Amino acid sequence: MTDTIANRAAKATPQRVARKIKGLSDRAIAWIFVAPTIFLLLAINIFPLIWTIQLSFTNYRANRLNREPEFIGLRNYERILTDSDIWLNMQATAHFLFWTIALQVLIGFTLAWLINKKFKGNDLWTTIIVLPMMLSPAVVGNFWKFLYQPQIGLFNYIVAFFTGKDPSSFEMLGSVQLAPWSIVIVDTWMWTPFVMLICLAGLRSIPDYIYEAAEVDRASKLRQFFTITIPMVLPFLMLAVLFRGIENFKMFDLVVQLTGGGPGSTTELTSINLKREAFEKWRTGYASAYAIILFVTVFGLASIYVKALNKVKER
Amino acid sequence: MTSAAVGAALMTSVSVPTLAMADDLTLCWAAWDPANALVELSKEFEAQSGHTMNFEFIPWPNFADRMLNELNSGGKLCDLLIGDSQWIGGGAENGHYVKLNDFFDAEGISMDDFAPATVYAYSTWPKGTPNYYALPAMGDANGWFYRADWFADADIQAAYKEATGEDLREPQSQREMLQIAQFFQGREIDGKTVYGASIFTERGSEGITMGVTSALYPWGFKYENTPGSYDMEGAVNSAEAVEALEFYKEFYETATPPGYTNSYMGESLDAFKSGQVAMAMNWFAFFPGLYADPDTGGDKIDFFVNPPQNQAGSTLGGQGISVVAYSDKQDAALEYIKWFANPEVQAKWWELGGYSAHNAVLNDPGFKDSAPFAGDFLEAMNDVQDFWQEPTYAELLLAMQKRIHDYVVADQGTAQEALDKLIEDWTEVFEDEGKL
Repeated sequence: MTDTIANRAAKATPQRVARKIKGLSDRAIAWIFVAPTIFLLLAINIFPLIWTIQLSFTNYRANRLNREPEFIGLRNYERILTDSDIWLNMQATAHFLFWTIALQVLIGFTLAWLINKKFKGNDLWTTIIVLPMMLSPAVVGNFWKFLYQPQIGLFNYIVAFFTGKDPSSFEMLGSVQLAPWSIVIVDTWMWTPFVMLICLAGLRSIPDYIYEAAEVDRASKLRQFFTITIPMVLPFLMLAVLFRGIENFKMFDLVVQLTGGGPGSTTELTSINLKREAFEKWRTGYASAYAIILFVTVFGLASIYVKALNKVKER
Repeated sequence: MTSAAVGAALMTSVSVPTLAMADDLTLCWAAWDPANALVELSKEFEAQSGHTMNFEFIPWPNFADRMLNELNSGGKLCDLLIGDSQWIGGGAENGHYVKLNDFFDAEGISMDDFAPATVYAYSTWPKGTPNYYALPAMGDANGWFYRADWFADADIQAAYKEATGEDLREPQSQREMLQIAQFFQGREIDGKTVYGASIFTERGSEGITMGVTSALYPWGFKYENTPGSYDMEGAVNSAEAVEALEFYKEFYETATPPGYTNSYMGESLDAFKSGQVAMAMNWFAFFPGLYADPDTGGDKIDFFVNPPQNQAGSTLGGQGISVVAYSDKQDAALEYIKWFANPEVQAKWWELGGYSAHNAVLNDPGFKDSAPFAGDFLEAMNDVQDFWQEPTYAELLLAMQKRIHDYVVADQGTAQEALDKLIEDWTEVFEDEGKL
């Protein structure tokens, strides 16, 4: 038999795997590989979600294993949505979200814009600025708790230095007015670098020739900023807002370390309240309904936001 | 207890039969001074029984969370648990604790040998019935300590007399205590600004409730009009309760160090040991350690029982020791309980810094003089009251934490509104339980 080029090529090409395993098609093999992942996804994500939805219509308590849960319809949902305390927690969460995101975007973008300038040592400055986000929230919470101490805290002394007030005359963590801001300050300090890094990526993705063309057209620096820089960084900024929004909606550890939800319930965010209901009061059914309401809220808002983000990207 | 009696007790051998098979037992409790004393005490049990004792001590702020999670999940970490008195209801109804009646009967352990208040609070469920789920292990109540050296200072005494027209002394009432605390607030002593008193204001676990009830009980606070009826209207929000709550808020605002918005046991100890406050509230369990402190202990410190107002009243602390139903080593765990119930062991327990609830120890003629705080402890234990001990105590406690902290620390609403809302919260809990 003549050993043609075609024959040699055919011999060199490995047979399709499906032909080697008797009775199994490519599709079947693909399923064999994908199935464990799908199973895990169902077991870890979908099943608990369905179970949570089911529990939300019952009075189940996880600490009463010897008591059968009763179906109570929409009572948990009705209770949550008519509870004025929960609406106060929602307000506290909204206040926290709005101010942390606004400040982090503003300061993060400014820092990125400054760092993006070519100057000696900007790599070092980038590293220094990024340090806070590398720390554990529990450590950061404790660290700032000391800084906010009315009698020995450095923060109070710095404020006192500029305002002429007595350092122990104001309590950042103990005052109803100041406590929410004390958390906003710490979260901004910790997570502004994250926004800065994303903005920096956006700024560095803008090709130089666009600015060069604008220079040729004698566009002013201000005009270049508003017509080139901002529109091109906007999708990155919006992505940063999405990440920080989702993260801060779930904020727990930092607030627990700093204020524990107090004074009173001033800084009790929904996540802290939910944890109390689920794992301290053990009202599992009620907490499940609460979690579902929060999930729907975040999912709904995030979906609307992602649509807006896609439109901005398409422009 | 006199040293002679203690000596005699120690010489008496404790007969615990040694089993052929030795077990590794784990005892769970909170991480605090008495726990260290228990480790020391338990060495004797190890030597006699052949069992090995391991200890799992959890810091107080996480103690309830950690241990209740363990029990609710049927965990086998603990064979023995020294759990809070409020857990007895849940421990019994949810099947976490082994019922000890048959064991007590078989071993001749009588609950009559222990202080009645501790048996009622730490051991029985339903309350007051002869159904025992724990042996009283650590008697405790909320009490006070103060800077005896400041109180004895002639200049300070004169200044107090001038300011109030009265002599500076251990307070005889809640109002007098506030007056003394306000006198010290912001005063300069030894070149340092000091404050009145450190009280409990913690929000996260049980702190402010334990602090506030130390004012509520002396004013005559009751959880129900008729015990067991859950009729709280007019009891929880009585005129006396409102007055007591307003008193606590005034105390917090006018006589505590700045920034003490979230303080509990640790913060109270720190404030006192660092020389910031003239007085402080805390559990008797800490008093041996405070007395031994080289800087602020010894002659510089003295102790007093929570002062009365309309009546005597102290907030109950302390715990009973239970055998965990999920343990595979229940026989060995019961052996430990039997050994621990022995009067001689109880005597040594008190000697090492634990608060025995055994009558043989408490009724010893020398007990009152055996420590500077022993007499106050006995007095406190005569008038203790405890929080709800219902299986839903956590819900009831968290509701009170919220309402009280909102009013006292966050300055929201009035005392009357706070207590009215508390009744609403508690009513909802009892309705869910089918008790209302």
